[in-house]
Amino acid sequence: MGRYVIRRLLQMIPVFFGATLLIFLMVNVMGDPIAGLCGDRKCDPATAAQLKKEFGLDKPVWHQYATYMGNVFTGDFGTAFNGQKVTELMSTAFPVTIRLTLVAIVFEIVIGITLGVVTGLRRGKPIDTAVLLLTLIVISVPTFVTGLLLQLLLGVEWGVIKPSVSSEATVDELIVPGLVLASVSLAYVTRLTRTSIAENRRADYVRTAVAKGLPRRRVITRHLLRNSLIPVVTFIGTDVGALMGGAIVTERIFNIHGVGFQLYQGILRQSTQTVVGFVTVLVLVFLVANLIVDLLYAVLDPRIRYA
Amino acid sequence: MPEPHDPAEGAIAGTGAGGAMDLAASEATTLAPGQQGEPGGPGGTGAGAPARSLWSDAWRDLRRNPVFIISGLIIVFLVFISLWPSAIASGDPLDCDLANAQKGSSPGHPFGFDGQGCDVYTRTVYGARASVTVGVCATLGVALLGSVLGGLAGFFGGAWDAILSRITDVFFAIPVVLGGLVLLSVVTSNTVWPVIGFMVLLGWPQISRIARGSVITAKQNDYVQAARALGASNSRMLLRHIAPNAVAPVIVVATIALGTYIALEATLSYLGVGLKPPTVSWGIDISAASQYIRNAPHMLLWPAGALAITVLAFIMLGDAVRDALDPKLR
Repeated sequence: MGRYVIRRLLQMIPVFFGATLLIFLMVNVMGDPIAGLCGDRKCDPATAAQLKKEFGLDKPVWHQYATYMGNVFTGDFGTAFNGQKVTELMSTAFPVTIRLTLVAIVFEIVIGITLGVVTGLRRGKPIDTAVLLLTLIVISVPTFVTGLLLQLLLGVEWGVIKPSVSSEATVDELIVPGLVLASVSLAYVTRLTRTSIAENRRADYVRTAVAKGLPRRRVITRHLLRNSLIPVVTFIGTDVGALMGGAIVTERIFNIHGVGFQLYQGILRQSTQTVVGFVTVLVLVFLVANLIVDLLYAVLDPRIRYA
Repeated sequence: MPEPHDPAEGAIAGTGAGGAMDLAASEATTLAPGQQGEPGGPGGTGAGAPARSLWSDAWRDLRRNPVFIISGLIIVFLVFISLWPSAIASGDPLDCDLANAQKGSSPGHPFGFDGQGCDVYTRTVYGARASVTVGVCATLGVALLGSVLGGLAGFFGGAWDAILSRITDVFFAIPVVLGGLVLLSVVTSNTVWPVIGFMVLLGWPQISRIARGSVITAKQNDYVQAARALGASNSRMLLRHIAPNAVAPVIVVATIALGTYIALEATLSYLGVGLKPPTVSWGIDISAASQYIRNAPHMLLWPAGALAITVLAFIMLGDAVRDALDPKLR
């Protein structure tokens, strides 16, 4: 187990540096980082050169990347366009997005797995067909359309929720945005669970459990569900990163000041440091989530051992 | 159902015209033209014949599947209106009169007008072209690049495989919408090509991973070993024996991906970095309409509905194709 974790951690290193380098290059292609610092006017050449020197932008890209990464490992993510430390922005933005992502994941787990189990056990029945159709529709309607429609209906027409989230972004304000963020993944979780349950339902161990006279509830939760959850856990784990990155759209619709909002601002203002900093953290989250998923396999299926 | 890639089956039946899957037969006689991706085939084996290729079998399934028929009809219609939008919409999508801004439906303008006073019906019809172009071109690009790179990695293994797998991991770690925002925010061109290029750039690892796995599985089959023993060259093994057997999962994933690329284009356009006016796109129209959502929701609902139906049609098509090609579900 310990050796497996170490091997996986070592494998993460090239992916981490590759992904951050890629985004670093993309942001450099994105445009002149100095341009954003002089407001809407063009910088005069002397100031531009001065600023370039100050930020080390006169050095080659690989040198800039190395310096940046060196700083990141000492906890210095640089400064945003308005002079605020990027770490400061992170400390306000990440809690909000983490809350939003947690709400979304709870929706995925509770609604997605429940619907998946219900339909998987009743394959071909009307409820199965209905849920399957519903998931297809949810997958097909892009998140920003779902979000705008829910905002229109719940927020504007019926007044159930406030159309935009306050800066505190408490959990109860985030329920509808969380549902919007989760919607597509929720449909995938439902379909995955359904397929997996339907496949395992005929497995020998389920028949054994039934033959032993175990109550139906126990057969389903302890035997069937536990064995069917592996693909679902994989999906939810890889989805954590996607949800946090995908929150850009949801946060824009509901005016939530989280990671997506800061990233969007950073891109608009061409603030290299903000964009690279936030993406670096997001990549780390993605990698750690994947590692946790792999370790969870052994908990769900004791046959899986790590050498 | 006969195993589609069982060489013995093909050899016994000896139907060279049965398609590319009867590999033993085609290897023995070298008569059968490679017909991968041609689901219909020449229909050399009629109903009830002992051996059918995976493709003709899948096609028989598809023809009976109502989901396939409905989604197919929708897609044919979409392709038609993206080629000849003027056939069903007589107006000009860029001919707008501010005096009509935000008005509801009126005779001759069934969907009403948008914030700039453009006819929503005309714009919705013309918007199909951008979506279909982006979806089809991005999918073709991703499928070609991904299957070539992934297939070669799976076939040759070794260092190239290891490097490619790491590169794939790197691309998977970057959220797509975010990458789109960063890369496309500098683009000023208002054609569809930057968006397509971006999708190919970030989309190919998905297909390459699938193609790689599927080639590795196909590579271990007996008939490939047999071909190798008979002295077949690498390119012959890849093109004649492995590719036709490994392409099915790629087709399935690519079809479903087509729908998601259309949704992604709309999302990027909504965020303001995808397609740009004067290109007519549902994403742009939805984005513009979202500002007037309180007063004039009809401006949002029509392009959003068209977008949803389009994505739905492609995803349903992908589902139907998967059901037909995946023997495990039958």
